[in-house]
Amino acid sequence: MGKTFAEKVLAKKAGLDDVVPGQIVTVRPDHLLMHDNTSAIVSKVAEDLKTYGLVNPDLPVIAIDHVVPAVDEKTALGHAKIREFVKAYGVKHFFDVGDGVCHQIVVEKGLALPGQLVLGSDSHTCTYGALNAFSTGIDRTEAAVLLLTGETWLRVPETIKVVLSGCFPRGVMGKDLVLRIIGDIGADGANYMAVEFHGDLSAVPQDDRFTIANMGIEMGAKIAAFPVDGATEAYLAAHAPGAAYEPIWADGDAAYCRVLTYDLSKLEPLVAKPHTVDNVAPVSEVKGLPIQQAYLGTCTNGRLSDLQVAAAILKGKHIAPGVRLLVIPASRGIFQAALADGTIATLVDAGAMVGPPGCGPCLGAHQGLLAPGERCISSSNRNFQGRMGSKDAEVFLGSPLTVAASALTGLLTDPRDEI
Amino acid sequence: MTVFKYGDDINTDLLFPGRYTYTCGKAEEILPHLLEDLDKDFASKVKPGDMILAGKNFGCGSSREQPALGLKAVGISAVVAKSFARIFFRAATNQGLLLVECPAAVDAYAPGDEVVLDLGKGQITVGGRAYAFPPLPPEMLAIRDAGGLLPYARQRLKATRGQ
Repeated sequence: MGKTFAEKVLAKKAGLDDVVPGQIVTVRPDHLLMHDNTSAIVSKVAEDLKTYGLVNPDLPVIAIDHVVPAVDEKTALGHAKIREFVKAYGVKHFFDVGDGVCHQIVVEKGLALPGQLVLGSDSHTCTYGALNAFSTGIDRTEAAVLLLTGETWLRVPETIKVVLSGCFPRGVMGKDLVLRIIGDIGADGANYMAVEFHGDLSAVPQDDRFTIANMGIEMGAKIAAFPVDGATEAYLAAHAPGAAYEPIWADGDAAYCRVLTYDLSKLEPLVAKPHTVDNVAPVSEVKGLPIQQAYLGTCTNGRLSDLQVAAAILKGKHIAPGVRLLVIPASRGIFQAALADGTIATLVDAGAMVGPPGCGPCLGAHQGLLAPGERCISSSNRNFQGRMGSKDAEVFLGSPLTVAASALTGLLTDPRDEI
Repeated sequence: MTVFKYGDDINTDLLFPGRYTYTCGKAEEILPHLLEDLDKDFASKVKPGDMILAGKNFGCGSSREQPALGLKAVGISAVVAKSFARIFFRAATNQGLLLVECPAAVDAYAPGDEVVLDLGKGQITVGGRAYAFPPLPPEMLAIRDAGGLLPYARQRLKATRGQ
């Protein structure tokens, strides 16, 4: 019997010939991602670090991104403590306020490569599955212990196989595909499991793969992984030139607990309605509902191609009166590229506000929260009640195209009506 | 002992709102906001030894550990749910918070029922009816028995590296 991607990576990382689902293995991750929570993580083991030291200065990847620039003295102090830790222990991979969202930085800087194991104290660490890495989220306490030991346990997951075919029709993106899958299998449909993407992936651009893998956690998945192909190789050649890596992929006869098939050409623009990500409906079903805010950004959909497709809809036009369009590029590199090619100018001319690269209002910390009774269309990954400000506000999740089209009309809008 | 009963997909924002994630990390900072947007009376009512019963996918969403840390700190003796989200399962194990997966027990519960947990027998009794639940893997029991991942790791570091 063949092996799945998860079984192969975990066997290799555990130094075993063979592992089976349900087995618990001891592994040493290639990198450990942390963000603003680094200060809380480090404070748990401050004394232990003095005794035992940091296990490996190459292990942590730290990006300050969640509440940037600091919103108050307490956050500023947290950031200062992170910088002290980085200096004191010689952390090799550190990215300060303004560099971007941690998950975008990891992939842009070549810190998650095919076949690698990356753990992170953030649930969207699963994003790097788009580059064939086995990556998943853990809690702060576990991250703290990893700083000391470099080692933890993982349960070998069962795997769901998703087979894709066809091309996205006009107005449909990777976000719509992943919302379709989450709507079909539910917010716990892949709980504890790995999800592998198979079939014809030639029509799924690398940026869309990041979006899809990023939202693996919204179906409960431990990882959401893609094989290495030309798109992956091109991305890595640009962002990790010269890096050595060993792609790993499932055998043809691997065993799956479930197989799902999607013809991309049959998909339509979708939203996740309040207040769960699996509350999925066609945009056409909710169109016409007034919005007060449109948010384009985050680790899910704040990449250059996301900004570009939004700009294409908004070029030469202006967003509706009474709507706030908030654009937050996912990294400094994306911001620079979007400045260079005129995308930012187009968006600002159309009435957008542009915020500094970071997580922005996605997690409800600052920069564009919602008042009671307000409705937001967001390109982010969660619409939980109260997540983005008031618990009496509504967040609809959609693609960058749907966000831009809705900002233009001031109503939830099917992007196919505005392209 | 009070049993707090909640539904499916109780996410981490309902357990502990994201707006406090980077300003509240210690138990005493977490407690006033625990379950704030789900059950505003929880923080004032909960007492050590109380239990939570919930539906499927309890703890889904963020990797923030305040929900697990907070529930352990207020003395929740166990969360019994139909299923748990993966990261919350790890976070709770690492805090030494007991999680029991037993859909039948959750379905059987009616307000006022007495709930008794017998970890040794792997059995939960709801209103006099007993339901079995699968044993926890030994790796997780060892972490729980040590009082959480930090004490567990310190024991091991001391054993392997001295000091």
